[in-house]
Amino acid sequence: MAQIEVDLVAADRKVWSGSARLVSAPAADGDVGILPGHAPLLAVLRKGRVTIHATSGSDVTVAVSGGFISVDNDAVTLVVDSAELDVAIAPSAR
Amino acid sequence: MAGNQRVYKERIKSTQSLKKMFRAQELIAASRIGKARARVTAALPYANAITRAVSAVSLHSDVKHPLTSERTGRNRVAVLVVASDRGMAGAYAASAIREAEGLITRLTEQGKEVALYVSGRRALAYYQFRGREIAGSWTGSSDSPDAVEAEEIADTLLAAFLHDDDSVGVGELHIVYTQFVNMVTQRPRVIRMLPLEIVDGVVPADEVEVLPLYDFEPSPDAVLDALLPRYVRSRIFSCLLQAAASELASRQRAMHTATENAEDLIRMYTRLANQARQGEITQEISEIVSGADALAAS
Repeated sequence: MAQIEVDLVAADRKVWSGSARLVSAPAADGDVGILPGHAPLLAVLRKGRVTIHATSGSDVTVAVSGGFISVDNDAVTLVVDSAELDVAIAPSAR
Repeated sequence: MAGNQRVYKERIKSTQSLKKMFRAQELIAASRIGKARARVTAALPYANAITRAVSAVSLHSDVKHPLTSERTGRNRVAVLVVASDRGMAGAYAASAIREAEGLITRLTEQGKEVALYVSGRRALAYYQFRGREIAGSWTGSSDSPDAVEAEEIADTLLAAFLHDDDSVGVGELHIVYTQFVNMVTQRPRVIRMLPLEIVDGVVPADEVEVLPLYDFEPSPDAVLDALLPRYVRSRIFSCLLQAAASELASRQRAMHTATENAEDLIRMYTRLANQARQGEITQEISEIVSGADALAAS
């Protein structure tokens, strides 16, 4: 199955990293959903929620306060100013 | 004679308590330095991602951004000095300040006016004592800076750089900090932060894989607008983190030396005290003997 490699980094640490089926992020002009095979993209993020549907089956939701997302060759890098991992929505997340 | 012995004993005691203090400081610094280095490493992914993105954008748009263009007609330059909050770190703060003084002298010779920003109580005290005007200061967390503080510093400096009024705004930003090379070597360094040089830190084209043609959302300029301040923040944060690791490494080394010196002193004073005691005993014996002799003679 095609998958994308996701790195979610905040200024002082790596928040989440792993492979996923779908990533949705709040881009400046509206939410974007990234599936495997997405065209290279560099977008500004606004404040909102990033949802990562991990291949392990769990969903990870992260509240972010702005940043940017870069998509390149099925590698997604989300660079955010501050991130709060929402554990309640992702009970089986590591 | 008895007085001598007492003096030595007192010195041994005070040196011993100093030694305990030095040892404790050494251990504290040693335990913190691992964490500080881990933080330097933890901030790397963010810095790398930003640098990559900035170079990607600069490939696609001719980078014309206020942060990258020279501000002509401005005489004020900002200098940010990063030093420690506390002493007991050998020459750490002193050498950072010396580097800064050298830079300030150079800039003044070029006819520029320096706006001083300092981080760390030692540097603040140094400049306050000399009555220099300080444009901004941050103290309290020199050995464990956090991203929020770095953001505050970066935003203040960016605001000064982007200020419209030429008499208030600055035309350049230099940072003096101590680069953490390894546990033994920490080097005071000066970098020119603003205006940004995009080529700086970007690997030559033949060494990286060709960057793809990105779609920019909403637009290349808007992306650049969002990226560059973050890039500055991340660079400043990394300077602070390196300075913190350097501070702790210097402190550990300085305190280690101090502990050893205290041990040497204790050894020396113990010898002197023994000598004094021995001298006292010898004197008492000779007094008794000569007293007995005098009695026998009479």
